[in-house]
Amino acid sequence: MEAQKEFALIGKSVVIKGELSGSEDIYIDGQVDGSIELKGNNLTVGPNGQVKANVNAKGVVVQGKLEGNIRASERAELRKSAIAVGDISTQRLAIEDGAYFKGRVDIETEANKSGAKANS
Amino acid sequence: MKFFRSSSATSTQSTPQSSTRLSRRSSGLAEVMKLLGSEESLWVLDLGATSPTNIRYFTEKGHKIYSEDLIEASSDPSLAITDEQGKPALDSRRFLAENLTHPAARFDIILCWNLADYMDESLVKPVVGKLWSVLKPGGLLLAFFHMKESGPDAIYYRYHIVGNDVLEMQPVERRSNSRNGTVSLRLQRVFNNRNIENLFRDFASIKFFLGRDNIREVLVVR
Repeated sequence: MEAQKEFALIGKSVVIKGELSGSEDIYIDGQVDGSIELKGNNLTVGPNGQVKANVNAKGVVVQGKLEGNIRASERAELRKSAIAVGDISTQRLAIEDGAYFKGRVDIETEANKSGAKANS
Repeated sequence: MKFFRSSSATSTQSTPQSSTRLSRRSSGLAEVMKLLGSEESLWVLDLGATSPTNIRYFTEKGHKIYSEDLIEASSDPSLAITDEQGKPALDSRRFLAENLTHPAARFDIILCWNLADYMDESLVKPVVGKLWSVLKPGGLLLAFFHMKESGPDAIYYRYHIVGNDVLEMQPVERRSNSRNGTVSLRLQRVFNNRNIENLFRDFASIKFFLGRDNIREVLVVR
């Protein structure tokens, strides 16, 4: 993920319930319950972030807590402080030692992507 | 069966640094790998401490992996209850309702590692019963058991698969200020062969492999 790119910040004291969508990167250090749609953009759940939502984004980095399924079209990353409960579907996955993960992993390759399209 | 419950829960034994990894050969793993190499898109359930290496290993080979750290899950403070005699206990009913919630006969392979040695006594038999139901007929379950020489402070390891019969063992640090506060990672008991056979009596067959490091490997077929 591009570290220098600007992002929208949801701070520690912010609580959001409902659907969160946008066309810019988002950094969540607060609490979000609902769903998150950031197609083409990145989501970072900061160390204080607590997210209960299915996430659809280009890239997802988890440092805090995320309960819900992650669909990251490019890359998902669980840092060592991450607690992630839910299934992950992505092309590239990085999990640091110490991260807690409960769920299924689907690594999407170009082959199985085109296979899925052909079947649909 | 030898229990260690009378020992103090706050051991002074120092846990080796988690960056230290020991390598060990595993005959049980080699048997599992024969199945993995012979079929495609198998379902694997890894019940040990989360291992990025294992996730990568299986997904790169085209298999599907579900990771579920049952020791960490069983240490959730909200599971603590008091029983009818007012003694501290674990809400095993709730634990079983929230974990291993998979369709019947979903998995081809289950990797238990040292789960039974470190799990609360009330969970061991019900969990093995659930594992039987989520394993496909003919599926394999690999479990490790300490031998009687192991003390209560035997190190709890995260197992990383690095080759067809090679594991790296990484000490798991006691977690603090994390999801569940401090997680106790103490050996709860030592099973003898008869105990292990009884534990897996509903399965079709059981095979023992003895290691030099006070670990017995057990490969069970449903």
